Amino acid sequence: MSAVPVADGLFTWPSESPQLIGSTCPECGATTFPRQGSCPRCPHPSMEERLLSTRGTLWTFTVQGFEPKPPYRGPVPFEPYGVGYVELRGEVMVESRLTVSDPDQLEIGQEMELVVVPFRSDESGDDVVTFAFRPATAGSGS
Amino acid sequence: VSGADVAIVGIGIHPFGRHEGVSARAQAVHAARAALADAGADWKDMQFAFGGSMDGGDADTLVSELGLTGLPFINVWNGCATGGSSLMSADSALRSGAADLGMAIGFDKHARGAFNTDPAAHGLGEWYGETGLMLTTQFFAMKIQRYMHDHGITASTLAKVAAKAFRNGARNENAWRRTPMSEEDILGSAMVSHPLTQYMFCSPGEGAVALVLCRADRAHHYTDRPVFLNAAVLRSRRYGSFEVFSPWLATEPAPSPTVDAARATFEQAGIGPDEIDVAQIQDTDSGTEIIHMAETGLCKPGEQEALLQTGATEIGGSLPINTDGGVIANGEPIGASGLRQVYESVLQLRGDAGDRQVPGDPRTAFTHVYGAPGISACTVLTR
Repeated sequence: MSAVPVADGLFTWPSESPQLIGSTCPECGATTFPRQGSCPRCPHPSMEERLLSTRGTLWTFTVQGFEPKPPYRGPVPFEPYGVGYVELRGEVMVESRLTVSDPDQLEIGQEMELVVVPFRSDESGDDVVTFAFRPATAGSGS
Repeated sequence: VSGADVAIVGIGIHPFGRHEGVSARAQAVHAARAALADAGADWKDMQFAFGGSMDGGDADTLVSELGLTGLPFINVWNGCATGGSSLMSADSALRSGAADLGMAIGFDKHARGAFNTDPAAHGLGEWYGETGLMLTTQFFAMKIQRYMHDHGITASTLAKVAAKAFRNGARNENAWRRTPMSEEDILGSAMVSHPLTQYMFCSPGEGAVALVLCRADRAHHYTDRPVFLNAAVLRSRRYGSFEVFSPWLATEPAPSPTVDAARATFEQAGIGPDEIDVAQIQDTDSGTEIIHMAETGLCKPGEQEALLQTGATEIGGSLPINTDGGVIANGEPIGASGLRQVYESVLQLRGDAGDRQVPGDPRTAFTHVYGAPGISACTVLTR
């Protein structure tokens, strides 16, 4: 059984320590995730690839409490999942699933770290993996 | 009155809610005829129309019911600001002198449940929808979560917004949800997207609104109670603002399009937010009403907690907000929603709002819509 990324170009994969793949404007330094072709700020017509930090702080969050309609293709039966924006200091804020879905376990400002997690199984039984953030474990900083 | 160039002389509505077997177009025709009757005008007098709907069909095909008069009828589609964009277009046509009299119309009929949006239509990858991030409800929940943290807003205040909406809706014969609900029941309903519960959210629905507008100097040909459109302004998002359907945000914050649109509207009207007697602002959920109170300039960030807890935004309060129940009680037929706010404002300024009439003879009104993918439209109305 292998693990297939939900989309190419979102994070480095396969990898022991995956990173999100963003882009930075060579002119003004604006950073986006995922990478895009031109700068949304200045607006320079090309961007350079940038691997993003794997740790940041939780800027805000919610918990998805009902099963979304398609195109959502999550695990059956539905289980609530956390969603948040994680601020990668000096880079960008990234919207992401969170590994924690209990709002009492989440707090604005807490340290988070990137993980790649199984999301669903595809037709051949392989795991489809996506990126998520989990509360950072002490001392695991990069 | 106020040096305004444009007046609203006719208003028509088809009740909001769920109407089995009644098409969105039929609802639109109903609203259009009501607006024409209110203005004492005929469809053949209309020199233009701007209209839009998301799921109800092309607005310009309404001519097959209203009359094939040859008028220029322009379809408008601009997300949640579709109604506001139609109104702004009508305003421009009249202000420029290109026409004397015309119509803005909006209508819709959506499937039940939260909107499911195609990521590709927003330039996003399939993964964004597939992994469950493409939901407007999440955005609104995350925005108020941060706002509560920054400005000391409590869950009780979220419940008060929804309770007010249902109370006002109960006094509005055209509203969808007309049963008052206790704050306790609102807080205790299903948690849709923490911290927002089921009854703190609006639902997609059905309905239609039409407005007949004319050059201000001709308003008295049609009515002895014109309401003037002093300003109508639309803005889209800037780099750094926190918007729906954003896989990433800049770390340097910028004001939301609501801040930009409201500021420009008040400036153009020459009327300040402190001079507004009654306001209709986008309440996709309890949280957005609270946030938009400050983003529009009607109060300062953080003041909402005290304003809501003391009843200031009730119909009899110092700053009545969403007197017709807002989208929480009316539902959100996207094409019609922004025009419903103007319909309610006209009723309030005419003194025709019945059980929900704001006391004290209101003279100034403000409307505001906000929606995907980061657009806002505002108006200032006076009599």
